[in-house]
Amino acid sequence: MGLQIKNGRVIDPANNIDSVQDVFIERGRIAALGKAPAGFTAKTQIDASGQIVCPGLVDLCVRLREPGFEHKGNIATESRAAAKSGVTTVCCPPDTNPVIDTPGTIEYILERAGEVGLAKVAVLGALTQGLTGKQLSEMYGLKRAGCAGVSNAYHGINSQVMRRAMEYAASAGLTVFINAEDASLRAGGCMHEGQVSMRLGLPGIPECAETIAVARELQLVELTGVRAHFCHLSTAKAAQMVANARQEGLPVTADVAVSHLFLTEMDIGFFDSNCRVKPPLRTQRDMEALRAALTQRSISAICSDHQPHDVDAKLAPFPSSEPGISAIETLLPLSLRLVEMGVLSLPGAIACITSQPAAILGLDAGRLSVGGAADICIFDPERQWDFSEAQMVSFGKNSPFIGWEFTGCVTHTLLDGKPVYQRSE
Amino acid sequence: MIAPNIQLDPQGRLRHLLTIEGLKRQMLIEILDAAESFTTVAGQAVKKVPLLRGKAIVNLFFESSTRTLTTFELAAKRLSADVLKVNVGTSATNKGESLLDMLRNLEAMHCDMFVVRHAESGAAHFIASKVAPHISVINAGDGRHAHPTQALLDIFTIRRHKKEFAPLTVAIVGDIMHSRVARSQIHALTTLGVSELRVVAPKTLIPSHASSLGVHVYHDLTEGIRDADVVITLRLQKERMESAQLPSEHEYFRQYGLTPEKLRAAKPDAIVMHPGPINRGVEMSSEVADGPQSVILEQVTNGIAVRMAVMSMVLGRAPEGTV
Repeated sequence: MGLQIKNGRVIDPANNIDSVQDVFIERGRIAALGKAPAGFTAKTQIDASGQIVCPGLVDLCVRLREPGFEHKGNIATESRAAAKSGVTTVCCPPDTNPVIDTPGTIEYILERAGEVGLAKVAVLGALTQGLTGKQLSEMYGLKRAGCAGVSNAYHGINSQVMRRAMEYAASAGLTVFINAEDASLRAGGCMHEGQVSMRLGLPGIPECAETIAVARELQLVELTGVRAHFCHLSTAKAAQMVANARQEGLPVTADVAVSHLFLTEMDIGFFDSNCRVKPPLRTQRDMEALRAALTQRSISAICSDHQPHDVDAKLAPFPSSEPGISAIETLLPLSLRLVEMGVLSLPGAIACITSQPAAILGLDAGRLSVGGAADICIFDPERQWDFSEAQMVSFGKNSPFIGWEFTGCVTHTLLDGKPVYQRSE
Repeated sequence: MIAPNIQLDPQGRLRHLLTIEGLKRQMLIEILDAAESFTTVAGQAVKKVPLLRGKAIVNLFFESSTRTLTTFELAAKRLSADVLKVNVGTSATNKGESLLDMLRNLEAMHCDMFVVRHAESGAAHFIASKVAPHISVINAGDGRHAHPTQALLDIFTIRRHKKEFAPLTVAIVGDIMHSRVARSQIHALTTLGVSELRVVAPKTLIPSHASSLGVHVYHDLTEGIRDADVVITLRLQKERMESAQLPSEHEYFRQYGLTPEKLRAAKPDAIVMHPGPINRGVEMSSEVADGPQSVILEQVTNGIAVRMAVMSMVLGRAPEGTV
């Protein structure tokens, strides 16, 4: 009573697999690769000729907007967007409302995600209660409730509390996820401080708002021994600092948001609020350095930093529009574009959106190991399509990539062996 | 991918005036020439021309203003337009009505032009990108971004005194960082091709990438205005002291305030300008403000003619498609 995916090119970077073979699935798990296991009968077959079969994508940062911001999206709408995008695990940061600082909130989110059943959700707990940067959250309790790590999102935290929080997280065996930004240097900034902010008269966020924060956290990681992950680095310098720290053996990793690999401050043009994002889009030089950091593996994951918004959030003068891009649906196609551009090999790109982010989260996901959950993405690498608002599934249509032409399109997404998305036509 | 310049119509004529950036030299000259022709209106017994009779213009000021608002209103009235002032401070946006809803309501009243001042950079572009096609938008100042009619009246004033732009050295002194006036002046003066354009202020008041706009940066007042033909001083906001950008008004005046002694570094026939309102004893001493080189009140007078020129050019266009 199984499912057989036939004739696809199976790419599973974690297991070093890249060859045309069949995948056999039974009871939601991968039963075998290549040859059918004894007694296997295929109830269903998917013909994946000419297609790529890879682990379901693992996205390190997806705002589901639930609880608290349901006018921007919810677990159902954004899980559906994930399924359409080949993403089977999404990690949601703790800045919901209420903040994810109690086991109850984690349980609520995991239960809702389970009911919806279109994507698995990993949850980051709050590093401090209410993200206020004062009192540590009950990290052991959050861990027991299933959180994958802890983070204070973009809420500032002073050096002393950060040190204690890292020490405590290290004791609890939790990874600290860091959005590196010095809040006082950001001040009222709404875009990168540079030529374009000068021209547009928009308050800028200087490069050092990121590098100073990264420098402090690296010192504290060294002091406390905590495992730390830097979320969405935006500057060349910060990427270099993290690369150096990794070389020195510090237990740190970093990701980059996919939009930062294709857009710069210039794309804001005359105040395009869809290009307002946190951290801000930086310079061409920064963008190229972030790509190079992927090539050199000092940044090991690409995430969507998905932030769906209601229409009104962007319908305002630039400084009062809300930051964020509805980006999950562009994660795979833009990552494939990096392959086309020679930044990454195809297995390298797939690793950046599957096994490597899974490793950062400490999850047994993002790979096609026999016996493991059959979370699988099948995509047609040749298929060209235009990204339009009409076909966006996410509740948020706030994407600066609308109108871009992509090559590579998800045809099937399987979650625990169950089809949760199938391209129709 | 840079968005097209939405302030021009398909024939390249001025549909909105949002920023000086992207306007050709020829367009600026055309505006100045038109303004020149309007200067005589104020001398007539009946200070009116019928150019915009039947047009309705709304002054939409989300930020307080005396000079700009009054001169826009006078300019519109001298063109015979109907002028409506929406006092936004007391109006519906305070009751939670969105900016866009408010625009829709004004559109429904069949207005032809919005003159907009707003505290946020990009507000005028935002409004222009959302209004109905028959409505034009004039930016009367948006955040730190642009104040194009102020820059136009400044270059108009300079031209009346100096004739040619090419040989001029112009120094802009003061808070460049937060000044929409400075940004618009820089675009205007670089487009007109002045010989040298300088900005003078402590580093805390100069944006980090100022030189990318083609200006030379000075931190010393005397050096900065040496042999200048035009010295433009900018208004200093009191908030700058609280935000750690300056220690005190007293020290600012000592280092950067224009006095008759310091002004001697500039050319003897240099003119001194200020967009107003002046903080006497901060940006300049009263001797300079009221002195023979000051053209500050002329700027105010010229503001009316320049705004008449802009409004009549924008609203007086033949319908699109007919040239």
